[in-house]
Amino acid sequence: MKLIYVDNNATTMVAPEVMAEMKPYFSELYGNPSSMHFFGGQVQRKIRQARERVAALIGAEPGEIIFTSCGTESDNTAIMSALEVNPTKDHLITTRVEHPAVKNVAAHLKRKGYSVTELPVDREGMISLEAVREAIMPNTALISIMWANNETGVLFPVEEIAELAKSRGVLFHTDAVQAAGKVPINLAASSIDMLSLSGHKLHGPKGIGVLYVRKGTPFAPFLIGGHQEGGRRGGTENVPAIVGLGKACELAAQRLPVEVERMRALRDKLEKGLLESIPHSLVNGHPEQRLPNTLSISFEYVEGESILLKLSDKGICASSGSACTSGSLEPSHVLRAMGVPFTAAHGSIRFSLSIYNSEEEMDYILEVMPPIIEQLRSISPFWKGGLTARSCTAS
Amino acid sequence: MWEYTDKVREYFNNPRNVGDIEDADGVGEVGSLACGDALRLTFKVDDEGRITEAKFQTFGCASAIASSSALTELIIGKTLEEAEKITNKDIVEFLGGLPQQKMHCSVMGQEALRAAIANYRGEKLPKEDSEIVCECFGITENEIEEAIRQNELTTLEQITDYTKAGGGCESCHERIEAILERILQEDGKRKPSQEAAARRPLTNVQKIKLVEQTLERDIKPELAKDGGGIELVDIVGDRVLVSLTGTCATCMASQITLKDYVENKLREMVSDALVVEEVQG
Repeated sequence: MKLIYVDNNATTMVAPEVMAEMKPYFSELYGNPSSMHFFGGQVQRKIRQARERVAALIGAEPGEIIFTSCGTESDNTAIMSALEVNPTKDHLITTRVEHPAVKNVAAHLKRKGYSVTELPVDREGMISLEAVREAIMPNTALISIMWANNETGVLFPVEEIAELAKSRGVLFHTDAVQAAGKVPINLAASSIDMLSLSGHKLHGPKGIGVLYVRKGTPFAPFLIGGHQEGGRRGGTENVPAIVGLGKACELAAQRLPVEVERMRALRDKLEKGLLESIPHSLVNGHPEQRLPNTLSISFEYVEGESILLKLSDKGICASSGSACTSGSLEPSHVLRAMGVPFTAAHGSIRFSLSIYNSEEEMDYILEVMPPIIEQLRSISPFWKGGLTARSCTAS
Repeated sequence: MWEYTDKVREYFNNPRNVGDIEDADGVGEVGSLACGDALRLTFKVDDEGRITEAKFQTFGCASAIASSSALTELIIGKTLEEAEKITNKDIVEFLGGLPQQKMHCSVMGQEALRAAIANYRGEKLPKEDSEIVCECFGITENEIEEAIRQNELTTLEQITDYTKAGGGCESCHERIEAILERILQEDGKRKPSQEAAARRPLTNVQKIKLVEQTLERDIKPELAKDGGGIELVDIVGDRVLVSLTGTCATCMASQITLKDYVENKLREMVSDALVVEEVQG
């Protein structure tokens, strides 16, 4: 069975070039970059090169890059640091659609007595700049808003929000885990104070993340230990992963203009084809302000996990925001925050492409999807030839 | 990804008895679009009270579809008396097991069967006279009680897995735990002294209330017998800060009283993690 992998917002394939560059650092080049001898020195130089490559992708300076273990650690560090350097401030602004790496930190802080504003989103999953402006208070320590939503791909106006935050003397952090490598990022031309990214979302390895901290931004380390990362993050460096991430960022920078547009065209073809061939289907998310690789689409009156299993049997790997997939009993918090009705929220599927996907693969998905949905609808008590069979409690 | 048995996958991919019997003798509908799964069961009964035909329509995951299909297979050919003895356990057994978090799919099958039999007989379901405990999923006290007893459930998480109750906003957790505790005690499966050990982590508010209750109800009357007293000053995490009054304030053995009696009592009634410390009131 051929594998068609369209779940790249979950994780991506490690690029062959990345793998090749990492390999020696698992074996013959095993030195500790902190060592004084030549053997550690050559590893240190490779880390420096990786730092430069990461910085180049996002328009930063190498000294502004801190290597972490993952996007979650980067997010946690950014939030905890902002609170620690602002001991008199106890208010955090975020959104209702953040990744758990921010959302659950905010919930944890709320339980500890901090005040948290979770900004709503509209039906297209977009936040309002005005709502951000109104939420800022004298005791606001940090605004943390994702650059791109992992489920819908909706792109938030983070550069404008950063300007707003700066004008009010508030720190701004963005979780750019989904955006890095898919949309141009130029931090030198922005007011963003902190930014998180993750290696495995852009064809690098798992277990490596980055926290960008703008030069001059007050900072308190989250992992306290040795002198690594300029004392900003203790712990011996994960050298092979750092090397891999560096290469992945270099590749992403090279591929950004052309390859990403090709990927967008494939996504658009898939979207158009599904909407045309399957009645009662709808796209979740802003029509334009969206990642070029992401399609969140709902098929009414069927359930997401069932669709995923049928797709999986055909070799197609996607994901769903349905309740049954996650082990939770409620559909995705993102879709609920957008006000997607239950008829559609439970039947949402996320296709997230990469530059390694082909047009043939999109054609195959377009061929197998309609019969899958038709079969599941034929079982559903709510479906009768395109009409709901009976009323329901859907909101 | 869920670990499904081959039989679950078979009944999901090739479900038996899909459809809707137009002139059905019994109709049972449970669940809703909002809940994420729903089942409509219809059956025909012959003159001898035997189910001759059964069909289902399900909106839901693989477990829900497989459970519904399994249910129809289980009831066809059975008398109504035999069919009403079928429980969610039989459905799970038929399928060779279900993931723990998917047990509610089998319970949905059992409930649809009960509803269809009640519909055939023109009776009301017991759950209709029962108070709703979980507003998010419309689960009644009666349903929770039955799931606990039938499946020998002992934790809140299990109750959620089997009934969905408590799986939404979580505001009903305390009520569900109270129901669970009552049933376990009624059935002789838990003694009241095991209450504290069985409790979930308390919120700060719950902890403060319980500490105050225990001080007022159990501890203060005991100390008062010797002319002593105790006042709660503060609770910081698991540290209970108290000041001793009356004869306890000047008693040489006050630390023994604090540790051996007050702390032990609070640990028994509230939380094993509590540490009692004396401060100047």
